[in-house]
Amino acid sequence: MRVGTNAYLLLSALLFTIGVVGVLIRRNAIVVFMCIELMLNAVNLTLVTFSRINGTLDGQVMAFFVMVVAAAEVVVGLAIIMSIFRTRRSSSVDDSNLLKY
Amino acid sequence: MTVLAVTATERAEFLTFVPLAILSVVAAVAMVLSRNAVYSALMLVVNFFCLAGFYVLLEAQFIAAVQVIVYAGAIMVLFLFVLMLLGIGSEDVLTETIPGQRPAAAVLGLLLLGAVGFALANGGFGGGAGSLAAVNAGGNVQAIGRLLFTRYVFAFEAVGMLLVVAAVGALVLGKWRQ
Repeated sequence: MRVGTNAYLLLSALLFTIGVVGVLIRRNAIVVFMCIELMLNAVNLTLVTFSRINGTLDGQVMAFFVMVVAAAEVVVGLAIIMSIFRTRRSSSVDDSNLLKY
Repeated sequence: MTVLAVTATERAEFLTFVPLAILSVVAAVAMVLSRNAVYSALMLVVNFFCLAGFYVLLEAQFIAAVQVIVYAGAIMVLFLFVLMLLGIGSEDVLTETIPGQRPAAAVLGLLLLGAVGFALANGGFGGGAGSLAAVNAGGNVQAIGRLLFTRYVFAFEAVGMLLVVAAVGALVLGKWRQ
């Protein structure tokens, strides 16, 4: 009836795998983006778990930085998706196979 | 050695961990499988709240609060905003455009999970249950703030710069060109 830290690591591996599979099978660019967020969160869970294993707070600070970078990435990514949608009227990743036009 | 004795705290952690773990995995799978992108976004919010619960269990109260405020609050609202802006009428295409893509994705995912599980089973990551009680004695937020403004102050400034660049980049990309 105890939760070892390995349970947290296994759970975050599971969430990361679900995110990877989602990126591979979904076609909607926004859903693909959400799966990337899921993977980032799984890695954050790993970092916080390592922070507890080591008994220091460096992992939590690193998770904080990952969150900031994720926020910046979401802003730029959604702006790119919006500008692709404006020119192509579609948010499917299959429709945007060229960088220009 | 009373290693095997289960304290009340550990039992409480177990009883919190198991439902949260099940809920988070179910929400993640539902996010991937749901056809409507809005449902995916809502399932992702559920998953983020579960992760905030895990952070509390792992003695990371500050990260838990930031998870709720920044991720579930700001980032997911941004996602929903863009979803509504693009129109939610466009359902996802369900036919496979590349033959054999989904079985390949499943196999690759299982391989990844197997590799990480193998490393965990072999004790590759220590696996000891440490405790943050000593460093959190004066408060988790205070300890993180002290670390952020001493050892990681350069990274902190760089990340601030990154946020400014991202905001300017979003402005440039979002500008409507006639």
